[in-house]
Amino acid sequence: MEKHLNLTLQVWRQKDGKSEGSFVDYPAKHISTEMSFLEMLDVVNEDLIRKGEDPIAFDHDCREGICGTCSMVINGRPHGPKERTTTCQLHMRSFSDGDTITIEPWRAKPFPVLKDLIVDRGAFDRIIAAGGFISAPTGCGQDANALPVPKQNADLAMDAAACIGCGACVAACPNASAMLFVSAKVSHLALLPQGQPERYSRVRDMVAQMDSEEFGTCTNHGECEAACPKGITMENIARMNRDFIKSSLTFRPEIASGGAG
Amino acid sequence: MELNARTPEGPIEKSWDKHRFDLKLVNPANKRKYKILVVGSGLAGGAAAASLAELGYEVECFAYQDSPRRAHSIAAQGGINAAKNYHNDGDSIFRLFYDTVKGGDFRAREANVYRLAQVSVNIIDQCVSQGVPFAREYGGLLDNRSFGGAQVSRTFYARGQTGQQLLLGAYQALERQIGLGKVKMHSRHEMQELIVVDGVAKGIVTRDMVTGEIRSHLADAVCLATGGYGNTMYLATYAKGCNGTAIWRAYKKGAAFANPCFTQIHPTCIPVTGDHQSKLTLMSESLRNDGRIWVPKRKEDCGKPPSQIPEEDRDYYLERKYPSFGNLAPRDVSSRAAKQVCDEGRGVGPTGLGVYLDFEDAINRLGAKKIEEKYGNLFEMYERITDENPYKTPMRIFPATHYTMGGLWVDYNLMSTVPGLFVLGEANFSDHGANRLGASALMQGLADGYFVIPYTIGGYLAGVKPGTRITEDHPAVKDAMAAVQNKVDRLFAIGGKQTPTHFHRELGKVMWENCGMGRNEAGLKKALEVIPQIREQFWQDLALPGSGNELNQSLELAGRVADFLEIGELMCRDALERRESCGGHFREEWQTEEGEALRDDENFCHVAAWEYTGDGNAPKRHIEPLKFENVHLATRSYK
Amino acid sequence: MSVAEQSIVGAEDRSPGFLDSSVGRKVVMAITGVVLFGFVTVHMLGNLTSYMGAEAMNHYAEFLHTMIHGMGIWVFRAVMLTAVALHSWAALSLTLSNRAARPVGYRAQQRQAATWASRTMRWSGVILGIFIIFHLLHLTTGSVHPSFIKGDAYHNFVTGFQVPAVAAFYILAQLCLGLHMWHGVWSFTQTLGLVHPRYNGLRRNFATVLTILVVGVNISYPVAVLTGFIH
Ligand SMILES: Cc1cc2nc3c(=O)[nH]c(=O)nc-3n(C[C@H](O)[C@H](O)[C@H](O)COP(=O)(O)OP(=O)(O)OC[C@H]3O[C@@H](n4cnc5c(N)ncnc54)[C@H](O)[C@@H]3O)c2cc1C
Ligand code: HEM
Ligand code: HEM
Ligand code: SF4
Ligand code: F3S
Ligand code: FES
Repeated sequence: MEKHLNLTLQVWRQKDGKSEGSFVDYPAKHISTEMSFLEMLDVVNEDLIRKGEDPIAFDHDCREGICGTCSMVINGRPHGPKERTTTCQLHMRSFSDGDTITIEPWRAKPFPVLKDLIVDRGAFDRIIAAGGFISAPTGCGQDANALPVPKQNADLAMDAAACIGCGACVAACPNASAMLFVSAKVSHLALLPQGQPERYSRVRDMVAQMDSEEFGTCTNHGECEAACPKGITMENIARMNRDFIKSSLTFRPEIASGGAG
Repeated sequence: MELNARTPEGPIEKSWDKHRFDLKLVNPANKRKYKILVVGSGLAGGAAAASLAELGYEVECFAYQDSPRRAHSIAAQGGINAAKNYHNDGDSIFRLFYDTVKGGDFRAREANVYRLAQVSVNIIDQCVSQGVPFAREYGGLLDNRSFGGAQVSRTFYARGQTGQQLLLGAYQALERQIGLGKVKMHSRHEMQELIVVDGVAKGIVTRDMVTGEIRSHLADAVCLATGGYGNTMYLATYAKGCNGTAIWRAYKKGAAFANPCFTQIHPTCIPVTGDHQSKLTLMSESLRNDGRIWVPKRKEDCGKPPSQIPEEDRDYYLERKYPSFGNLAPRDVSSRAAKQVCDEGRGVGPTGLGVYLDFEDAINRLGAKKIEEKYGNLFEMYERITDENPYKTPMRIFPATHYTMGGLWVDYNLMSTVPGLFVLGEANFSDHGANRLGASALMQGLADGYFVIPYTIGGYLAGVKPGTRITEDHPAVKDAMAAVQNKVDRLFAIGGKQTPTHFHRELGKVMWENCGMGRNEAGLKKALEVIPQIREQFWQDLALPGSGNELNQSLELAGRVADFLEIGELMCRDALERRESCGGHFREEWQTEEGEALRDDENFCHVAAWEYTGDGNAPKRHIEPLKFENVHLATRSYK
Repeated sequence: MSVAEQSIVGAEDRSPGFLDSSVGRKVVMAITGVVLFGFVTVHMLGNLTSYMGAEAMNHYAEFLHTMIHGMGIWVFRAVMLTAVALHSWAALSLTLSNRAARPVGYRAQQRQAATWASRTMRWSGVILGIFIIFHLLHLTTGSVHPSFIKGDAYHNFVTGFQVPAVAAFYILAQLCLGLHMWHGVWSFTQTLGLVHPRYNGLRRNFATVLTILVVGVNISYPVAVLTGFIH
């Protein structure tokens, strides 16, 4: 049943990447429990604009839990209190009248704040660019059924591929580690036969890029898994570690050799 | 304005192969001398940017999101069609072609659709080799389902996340090229203007959404793959950032806009709950495979809980009206049927705008566990949004704007009426006619990006001398930059009281009421009066905080709304001029006695392409006649 | 260049130095940790000889000192020293990267999964390190022992624990050991990729049982001396 709430928001405001930020309190009045969390912020922002103030900047796009754009820490939990739920899918019925809600951006050195709650997650793209792919130029595919994939592997690969790249795992990790994200992509591709040729160079390259972005390291806290809206499990991290170890043990430096002419 | 579709002559089965052979090639050593701008990183743009870079062209790619992986294609749930006939159920390239032409209610170009069906096969091969984790059967081979009204199982899917997985495949290929330095990616950049010199596209102007910097990018060819303009309706299943800005700028620079009124209303969305609603969420159409759609027979029962309405008082209206397709009737047909019962006052839910999608029978037949296996994530999503448990009480659904079949006019080579400007994916008008069948937009986006543009752009570039790109001091560049800056300045100069969203919402209401599922002359004429008024208010009373030299989401929104306010008008105009009903375009004046769409093939078997003639002037309507030589014009019937 | 524009280092710049990489250092930590835990477990078992009286324990100690012609103990010491050194180095270097990775903290952070043990690994580790140094000075060199007799392990052991403060410190250290082990044993299986859905349930249980066993028995030694059970 629809109810209405009066809330106090404590929101991190930061003009841009160079400025200092601070928390600012905003009342959010007469908020319907049918609203999503972002719609609640829309309402607050509409008011701010009408008052000539700068609205709260936050990232969002699909608003249905799949694009991975929305990103805020709500009362100390990335994407808020509901498990397996992105911020855009969180509804106000998860809160009670009179609540004070603290809203902060993802916090990690590789995710610099651009404005208010918006951070730059380009580091994730660079990690993918470093190796998170199968080199399959357009047009080279053989018949799709030429290579059967055991259903179990296909399902596990899909579980890992469900990652939306939101970065909540980094935000939640006490070490600001990106292991869950990276391991999800490593696992997705390592579980499929198409991914085998580059399996070991991929994991090395992606970890190297992850490190050079200065993410923290994993000490197996498991916060990432708890925060992940897509249920990516730590088993992926273990799988990636295994591949990384194997890759390092069997690594053979490339020998530069001249072209065949 | 000349609309030369450049469709190849001869038997349709051979035409693409022949055309590919006839296209001129660019010498491999010369390819890197050409620069191509790809605006958009969705299925169409991402696939195109990666493929063109693989060929050796210098590519720059643009997206308004923070990462190419977040393009709106990611939201597609259901699946992608391909004529693989893996299930031995009689599918073939010709059948996919036939179904698509017929599904589009004979308003698409045959040759394009045939090509689409042909390359659909390669798409699946390509995606699998990239590692897209399509659903598999126990034997390890690919699984298919029947979807969106098709009578064969040709839809490939990856749980309810097909669009996401296909996009990640394209994104990974794109990132690979970025890593290799072959593509330069500009995320959080919005295209604001097209640069045209002597009628030829030579570049674009973008705004860096972080710093506010306005900058030109110059190239030998420009590809727009910026998606649909359905957010004109305000409430739609589109991502919030989807916009018509890029194609609208191109339209104003001479690209014809084809069939703007062809929009698709999707029947299975979660109904609106109140004024605060910012978007509508789609529930995958696959639900219709097992769910039964009904409303109470009597208005008086609408307030009752569904469990208290006995079987004999329920009206399973789709099964009643379309016995052979039943709940799987095509999108336009079933959306309209829902509107009709709601108009009769038999809608359910607090707003009266909703119908039930009931799984009780399926649960009794297959067991709750099986249903959970098939639709668990969708049920979860529904419960999260509505707080109702669909295992216990029927879902409520209502149609919502979902796709725009209209878009920039392109020829067989995907080139618009502006030479050098190519348009891909949902942004063009090409392959779906007046209605899109389920699971075919993903197919089109990837076909355009992977398998069409890499060939056809070569045909164009072979005729462009390398090194003839203009430079930044060209007057056309300066003009375009100034135009963008002016628009920003004008928006800030208004200093009014109302938010951009306010105007967007107003526009949406007018569009939905008058240019939505049912359209008529009076309504469209009224809309054509009201929209300019809203636009005027917008330019007089817009409140815009902050400045243009920073990350300013209100400015982004205001710019988009300003364009929607113009696009909406063109949509209504097109709807008014198309005096027939076809596919998703339902003119109430043209219907059969049973309320079915009545096409007028004599007068409207054509593409309507609009030419911009200056602000304040009425745009000019051109016609590209359509010929149906392989699928004969017939009335669609889903009885 | 604006932040939104991307470029990454060329492939040839990505040197795959194992010890430079985060995962590599983690693996070092895990392997050295396993060596250390392995020792602690065997050590705990060896010390059970104290319940069998002076002769048994001294005999055992002598065996340790004379095995492989007296070489054994030095090989063992070298391994242990290297393990502790590498483990501490990895712990320090990873801790520093982790701190640096979050320069601005949260105002409110609610933990969901991290355990007290996992969050205090550094501290339980440091206390263990201090304990090891003290322990060596106490029972191996005798430097801080009130009545050290070289070669009489049993005597040193009994008289050592008769000082209540020392016994208390031992007990405290064993509690830290427990925390470190409980997370560490589970954690190293994760780090080394020794997971499988069929056995995942066992991993936690194994860590819990081993921890209780080692810590319980270790604590029993000072307690047994203080209560006069061993004298
Ligand atoms: C909820 C939902 C479910 C769907 N399910 C299916 C399905 O099951 N099967 C199916 O076949 N189809 C489905 N569709 C339709 C299909 O997803 C889309 O039509 C298709 O993905 C469009 O792809 P695109 O590449 O053309 O555009 P998009 O994916 O929309 O990409 C647009 C790109 O352009 C960029 N862009 C836009 N404007 C600008 C600008 N001004 N400047 C710079 N960049 C810009 C964006 O950043 C983005 O990268 C679904 C659609 C929706 C909304
Ligand atoms: C010298 C002082 C020590 C310090 C500073 C220290 C610190 C740490 C730290 C910070 C971790 C990381 C936490 C994690 O990865 O989960 C860790 C892990 C571990 N430590 Fe220690 N530790 C010390 C001594 C010891 C000792 C004496 C043992 C064994 C008796 C030990 C065994 C382990 C094990 C097994 C792990 C788990 C490794 C993994 O998860 O991969 N450590 N230690
Ligand atoms: C209460 C528990 C413990 C008791 C009673 C105990 C007892 C002893 C004794 C009697 C010795 C001396 C053996 C000899 O020199 O002959 C010894 C040595 C040693 N102990 Fe312990 N110990 C305990 C816990 C630990 C723990 C937890 C660690 C490590 C984390 C540890 C590490 C060592 C080391 C490294 C040596 C030195 C071996 C050598 O090189 O000679 N001990 N211990
Ligand atoms: S692993 Fe989960 S939390 Fe991390 S980016 Fe992917 S979806 Fe988000
Ligand atoms: S929370 Fe952090 S420590 Fe590892 S298990 Fe997750 S990345
Ligand atoms: S806005 Fe797309 S996941 Fe939240």
